[in-house]
Amino acid sequence: MPTMTCAGREITVNDEGFFTDPSQWTEDMAPQIASAEGIAELTDRHWQVIKFMRHEYEAKGTGPTVRALGKTSGVSVKELYQLFPKGPAKVAAKIAGIPKPRGCI
Amino acid sequence: MTAKIEKVSIIVSKGSLEGIYPGLIMANGARAEGIEANLFFTFFGLDAIHKVRHEHIKLATVGNPGLHLATWAGGLPGVSSVMTHYLGRKMDQLDIPPIPEFIEMIADTGAGLYGCKASADLFGLTKSDLIDQVKDIITVGEFYDLAAGGQIIFT
Repeated sequence: MPTMTCAGREITVNDEGFFTDPSQWTEDMAPQIASAEGIAELTDRHWQVIKFMRHEYEAKGTGPTVRALGKTSGVSVKELYQLFPKGPAKVAAKIAGIPKPRGCI
Repeated sequence: MTAKIEKVSIIVSKGSLEGIYPGLIMANGARAEGIEANLFFTFFGLDAIHKVRHEHIKLATVGNPGLHLATWAGGLPGVSSVMTHYLGRKMDQLDIPPIPEFIEMIADTGAGLYGCKASADLFGLTKSDLIDQVKDIITVGEFYDLAAGGQIIFT
């Protein structure tokens, strides 16, 4: 299993760079992961999505898809793609330290 | 890691429910992965972006062996509507949006929607007949220009 150093700590990730153990995640790790994904600065709107991902994962054991995010996170699909151009659910999940959401819609 | 697909151009050529959804799901899924996506609607696929008709897309109940329904039964009046309604309910349970809502969402993801000029001419349709999210009606040559450097998927 690959590892990376995040906020001074050693983290285990999968081949795609998603946390294998979400409990290792802390908020101070988010900016570094975001920057590796091409997001230079995390705004309040980014954080709203990241915290929502975290919350959904803790409640349901899986992160929401883009469709679910658009309906329930308070951020529209259009804005989600502006915030996370490389795929909102996928990139926000990575930044939030949770597994990649699985879903076709 | 193996090479990643970075761009897809998806052609939707059929006007039935089962003919339209796969292309939409692939386009939406591509965008969710951060892959650039364009949709090109041709022939009866144009119904998917037709202002009036896209609200009434039906499942093909005749000539559809996958339905496991006798062909004569599939042709009875109302059967297509009933089956479409049934499938729509199942899709709703899985949070798969109806076609108009799905297409609007796909446009919001930044995917480009285009109509085929030859088909639009054939059916006497203009851009004003199509939903506002459609960027343009383009020729096949323009489609190939748009698709350059990516994968083309025909559905």
